[in-house]
Amino acid sequence: MTWALVFEQLLNGLQYGVMLFLMAAGLTLVLGIMNLVNLAHGALYMVGAYLAVAGTQWTGSYLAGVALGFAGTLLVGMALEVITMRPLYGRDHLDQVLVTFGLILFFNELVAIIWGRGSLYTSLPSWLQGHIDLFTGSRYPVYRMVVLAVGLAVAVLLWYVVTRTRLGMLIRAGAANRTMVAALGVNIRLLYTVVFGFGAALAGLAGLMAGPIYAVQPGMGELILIQVFVVIVIGGIGSIRGALVGAIIVGVVDTLGRAFLRPVLATAISATAADAAGPALASMLIYLLMAVVLALKPAGLFQSR
Amino acid sequence: MRASFRTLFAGAVAAAFAFAGPAAAQQKLKIGFITTLSGPPAIIGKHMKDSVELALEHLNHKVGGLDTEVIYGDDQFKPEVGVQLAEEMLKKNQVDFVAGVIWSNVMLAVEPVVTGAGKIMVGTNAGASPLAGSQCNELFFTTSWNNDESPEALGKYLQDKGVGELYVMAPNYQAGKDMVAGLKRFYKGKIVDEVYTKFQQQDYQAEISQLRSKNPKAVFVFYPGGMGIQFVKQYVQAGLRDQIPLYSVFTVDETTLPALREAAVGQYEARFWSPDLDVPASKRYVADFEKKYGYTPSYYGAQSYDGIMLIDSAVRGTKGNLKDVKALVREMRKANFDSIRGRFKFNVNHVPIQDFYLLQAVKADNKDGVAMKIVEKAFENHKDAYYQQCKMK
Repeated sequence: MTWALVFEQLLNGLQYGVMLFLMAAGLTLVLGIMNLVNLAHGALYMVGAYLAVAGTQWTGSYLAGVALGFAGTLLVGMALEVITMRPLYGRDHLDQVLVTFGLILFFNELVAIIWGRGSLYTSLPSWLQGHIDLFTGSRYPVYRMVVLAVGLAVAVLLWYVVTRTRLGMLIRAGAANRTMVAALGVNIRLLYTVVFGFGAALAGLAGLMAGPIYAVQPGMGELILIQVFVVIVIGGIGSIRGALVGAIIVGVVDTLGRAFLRPVLATAISATAADAAGPALASMLIYLLMAVVLALKPAGLFQSR
Repeated sequence: MRASFRTLFAGAVAAAFAFAGPAAAQQKLKIGFITTLSGPPAIIGKHMKDSVELALEHLNHKVGGLDTEVIYGDDQFKPEVGVQLAEEMLKKNQVDFVAGVIWSNVMLAVEPVVTGAGKIMVGTNAGASPLAGSQCNELFFTTSWNNDESPEALGKYLQDKGVGELYVMAPNYQAGKDMVAGLKRFYKGKIVDEVYTKFQQQDYQAEISQLRSKNPKAVFVFYPGGMGIQFVKQYVQAGLRDQIPLYSVFTVDETTLPALREAAVGQYEARFWSPDLDVPASKRYVADFEKKYGYTPSYYGAQSYDGIMLIDSAVRGTKGNLKDVKALVREMRKANFDSIRGRFKFNVNHVPIQDFYLLQAVKADNKDGVAMKIVEKAFENHKDAYYQQCKMK
C-alpha cells in the first residue's frame, strides 16, 4: 500500500462523496423544511439522466443535453410538488412513503415505456474523455475531476444561497419553524415549490453526471438512494452543511473500506478469513458508521433544529 | 366390493379414453413460458419472448403440428413468484410444458413444482449445478449450459495461450464464486488477486485504482447486466482498455452492447454461441430476428428459440400424443432438431454437450457500431463438471 495509492483512493472517495452530496442536498431540504419523506428522489435522479441522454441525442450537443436534464428535472420536480406533494404535507409519514413509493413505480414504468427496458447509450464529448496524469504518477479520468469540481462548486453556491440571500434566510427559517414563517406572511406554498424544484434539479444534475459512468436504466435511482439516506441521517436532517460533511464522510469511508479493509485485515487475521470478511465488512461499513453516529448524536452531526 | 369398484373405475377410465380419441385430433399444445418482464432485467425477458414468438412464426404457430398457445409469465426476478406462476400454469391453464426461466434461484424453486406435477420443464437459460448433478431429473431438460461452463472455457483459453497471471473480479454472491471456481478448474496460472465487490455496486473506481496498482497481465471479470455496463465503461474511462486486456463472461452481450457501443470494442468473452456463428439454423434465426425486431439477438434468445424447437421435435416424434410423457421424454433426449448451435446432443443429465468459443467485440457496420465476433473455439464437445453426480443413464 503506497501513499500514492492512498491519495488516489481519497480522491475517488471525495468524488463519490460530492455525487452523494448533490442527491443528499435536495433530499435533506425537503425532509427538513417540508417534513416530507420523499422516496421518489431517486426517480428524479433517473429522470435527469434520461432527459440528458435524450437531449444529447436530439440536438447532438452534450451541453444541450445537460441543460435539458437540469431544467427538465426542475420542471418535473415543481410539477410533482404541486400535483402530488401538496395534499401530503398534513398527512403522516406512512402516507408519504406510500405515495412516493408509488411514484418510483410510476417513473420506472414511464421511462421504460418511452425509452425501452434496456440501458441507454451515453457518450462524452472528446474534451471530457481521456485522463490526466496525477503528480503521483498514475492516471485519473478527466470526467471524474469535472464531477468533483462541479459538485464542490454547487456546494459553495448552495452555501452562499442559504447563508447570504433572502431565499436562504426563508429556507433556514422554514427549517426552524414553519408555522412562524407562514404567520409572518411568507408565501410558504411557493417557497415549498421552489425548494422542492431545486432539490429535484440537484438530483437531476447528479443523475445526468452519473449517466456516462453508470448504467442509465429504469430503477437506477433506487441503487443510490439508500446511501443518500445514510448521508442525511449522519449529517443531520435539514442541514446542508451536514449533507456535505456526511456525503464526504460516507464517500471516503466506503471507498477506503472497499480498497484497503481486506489487505489491512489480512495483516491481523489469516488471509482466507480476510478474503471472506473483507468484502462483507466493507459493504456494511457505512451502515455501521451510521449506527455509531446515531448512538452518539441521535440527531446527526449537524443538527438543524 | 373393492374389486368390483376397481373394475367399475377401470371401465370408466377406459370409456373416457375411448371418447378422448377423436378429441385428441383437435387438441391444443400449451406451453407456459416463465421469464422476467419487469424491472431492469426485463431486457433479457424481451430477448427471450421475441425469440419464442419468432420460433412460433417459423413453425406456423403449430408446435409439433398442433395448434399452440404460449402463456407468458413474469417472475419479477423472484423465486416465490416463479412458483406461483408455474402452479397457475399447471392447474389453471393446464399447460403441457413449462419453459424459460432466467435465474438459477428461480429455477431451483420452479423445477420441482413442474416435474412434481409430472410435466416436462425446459430451461432456456438458468444453469444451476444441482440440476445438472445430484438433483437431475428425467423431466428436466435445458437448452442452455451449466453456469460455470463459460468461465471454464475462458480458463481453458487463457491457459492454452499461456497468460501467466490474472486479476479476478466478481460480485460477492454465489454465482460470482461459482464463476471463479469454473475459471480455476482450467486456468492454472497465477491469480494476482481475487476481488469480490458488493452485488449491484455502481462505482468501481476504487477497485480499478487497486487493480492498476498491481499492473496484472490480464483481468477476468463476471459482471452481469447493469454492473457490466458500469464496470466496462469505467475501465475504459480509466484508460485501461489498451493497457490490460479484459476477459469476461456474461458481461458483454447483445443486451448490453447497445448501451456500451465503442466502450466494448476489444472486450473478450467466452460463450457457446454468437450471432455470427456459421450454422444454417442460426443464420436463419439471426436474419429473421433482425428483420422482424430491428435489433441483434442474444444467446438468451437463441436458447429460447432452441427450447421451442426442441419441444416441437419431441411432440412431432410422438405424433402429437401429449399424454404419454415417457414417450415425450424419449423423443426429447434424441434432440432431433436443427439447433442454432449446429449439432445438438444431450448428456445423460439432459444438459447439452457442446462447443464453446472465445469471442471479441469488434467495430461493425450496424446500428450500434459494434458486434461480437468468434475468434476461435475454446472447447469441443464440452461436458459440464457435474454430470457424473447425476444418477440417470
